[in-house]
Amino acid sequence: MSIIVFAEHDKGTFKKSSFEALTYAQDLAAAKGLTVTAVVIGAADSNLNQLGNHGANKVISVKGNNLDIFSAEAFSNVMAKVAGEENASIVIVSNTYSGKSISPRVAVKLGAGIISGVISLPTDDFSVKKTAFSNKAMAFMKLKSDKKVFCLVPNSYEVKNFSFNAEIKEIAIDIESSAINTKSLNISKASGKIPLTEAEIVVSGGRGMKGPENWGMIEELASLLGAATACSKPVSDMDWRSHEEHVGQTGITIKPNVYIAIGISGAIQHLAGVSSSKVICVINKDAEAPFFKAADYGIVGDAFEVLPQLIAKAKQLNN
Amino acid sequence: MRILVCMSVVPDTTSKITFKDSNTKFNTDGVQFIINPYDELALTKALEIAESNNGTVTVINVGLADAEPSIRKALAIGANDAIRVNTEPKDALFVATQIAKIAKENNYDLILTGRESIDYNGGLICGLLGELLDIPSINVATKIELQNGKIIALRDIDGGHEELECTLPCVISAQKELCEPRIPNMRGIMSARSKPLVIVESISENDYAEYVSFELPEPKQGVRMIDAANAGELLDLLRNEKKLI
Ligand SMILES: Cc1cc2nc3c(=O)[nH]c(=O)nc-3n(C[C@H](O)[C@H](O)[C@H](O)COP(=O)(O)OP(=O)(O)OC[C@H]3O[C@@H](n4cnc5c(N)ncnc54)[C@H](O)[C@@H]3O)c2cc1C
Ligand SMILES: Nc1ncnc2c1ncn2[C@@H]1O[C@H](COP(=O)(O)O)[C@@H](O)[C@H]1O
Repeated sequence: MSIIVFAEHDKGTFKKSSFEALTYAQDLAAAKGLTVTAVVIGAADSNLNQLGNHGANKVISVKGNNLDIFSAEAFSNVMAKVAGEENASIVIVSNTYSGKSISPRVAVKLGAGIISGVISLPTDDFSVKKTAFSNKAMAFMKLKSDKKVFCLVPNSYEVKNFSFNAEIKEIAIDIESSAINTKSLNISKASGKIPLTEAEIVVSGGRGMKGPENWGMIEELASLLGAATACSKPVSDMDWRSHEEHVGQTGITIKPNVYIAIGISGAIQHLAGVSSSKVICVINKDAEAPFFKAADYGIVGDAFEVLPQLIAKAKQLNN
Repeated sequence: MRILVCMSVVPDTTSKITFKDSNTKFNTDGVQFIINPYDELALTKALEIAESNNGTVTVINVGLADAEPSIRKALAIGANDAIRVNTEPKDALFVATQIAKIAKENNYDLILTGRESIDYNGGLICGLLGELLDIPSINVATKIELQNGKIIALRDIDGGHEELECTLPCVISAQKELCEPRIPNMRGIMSARSKPLVIVESISENDYAEYVSFELPEPKQGVRMIDAANAGELLDLLRNEKKLI
């Protein structure tokens, strides 16, 4: 019996969340006496051996018609087929946009129960911790079905090195074009930027930044720290920044190692999206701003005086 | 054009979250319930599409009678009719199975959900419905347009978005940006009272997943303040004390 993991990649580059999912699967497999099979869909040849390093005992690289571009229908089909062939009882998928698109379809095909938003390994009776109430709480949820699908939240499980020499097997699965009802017309990604959902450090600005023209400082600090940029809801509502950067209850939920909030008051809906960050740093000119209650480090000061200091310091540290 | 909008009823976004019965149940005391914000967007988009395509919009909720004020609100916003499947919404698969049964009986052209419900945050219903009904599913869409009988949608992907074309019938989950939610007007509120709200019984289903208990995040240890005149110290601390940068 095995655990299969959807090893998500972007034109051959595996996502960090895939390594997290593999590590998670291997830790679970060790406890249950199972093995881990990574499933790679579409061409990613050059990097397949990385998967053994992070916990795969075996890698199945699947190629065939209609597998070069992601589609929920084709990819869920492949995952379910491989799960059958590998006699898999557990499927681990990252809680990413694509992961969430296929995991429920895979669950139905396998007759499995499914839990998303998972942030811990299961206990012996397959209870896992998951996010709930927009990160204002956590729930313990138990899966009672024989087959199980778990969607692991990125940045919630640390990547380990196993250095397994994974067996790599190539298989062909052709998906009929008639079985795919969506057609990808165009993919646009901000190039050279770290996607917010994958970032380990995030620098975020709120209405206290006064206007879009002042974001140069936020971007400069972010690029010096290797961080992604984010913003509060009013900032994206006013079109100072694009909606993809909006974090919070109605935006993206993130859990980076470091979240630096500048000129953000810390409304409950904002906190919902960022409160599980490991370390929260708040810069606000108002000592009474609610965000300080949720912070690890705080600076009461004017963003326009503090940011240049941080930028200077980051340059110094980078040298 | 027949459109089905799946709607969950959730605690207002400002609610303080607490639990009772040894942390096994959500404490609803003093909590106000609202239409899940993403479902309001799904409903508004459904109405826009229905209006320009001579269509109808049905709202469905899997829930108990206490959901009815929110369902009436959806009718006041403009839905033509509503269905309530009378049962406690358990896990996502259970809810999706209830909705799929109704959907099969009615042959909707388009089914819209929210990207997730802000209480249990599953975000699974859209994909589950797609597979249960054997139709395509598009997750987390910021644009949905009907063009020549096909859907053109934008969906969020990590660090960007993808434009897709999709055949009908299909199921799509709504992300903010999709539209501005409509608010009910007086005429809507008056007419909502007489619009049909059909109550159907649930079908029994395997309960694969169950909530065991809840827990609140640990409170922060307390904030360490850094002098604004020496702000750079923040980065020293992150590097030397926390080893995170
Ligand atoms: C249903 C609903 C959902 C919502 N969802 C979200 C969500 O997902 N995400 C979200 O962010 N919000 C959300 N909100 C909005 C939320 O309630 C707040 O209004 C919002 O987070 C405030 O954004 P802000 O902190 O940038 O602005 P403000 O509240 O205006 O705060 C600006 C802060 O900047 C400080 N400041 C001003 N000038 C300076 C300066 N020169 N230097 C340093 N600090 C300065 C001020 O002291 C203040 O604390 C939601 C609201 C509702 C009703
Ligand atoms: N009890 C319910 N009744 C009807 N629709 C629901 C219910 N729960 C969730 N949904 C729909 O599924 C979406 C995603 O919910 P969830 O999977 O719970 O995060 C919601 O935005 C609703 O559109």
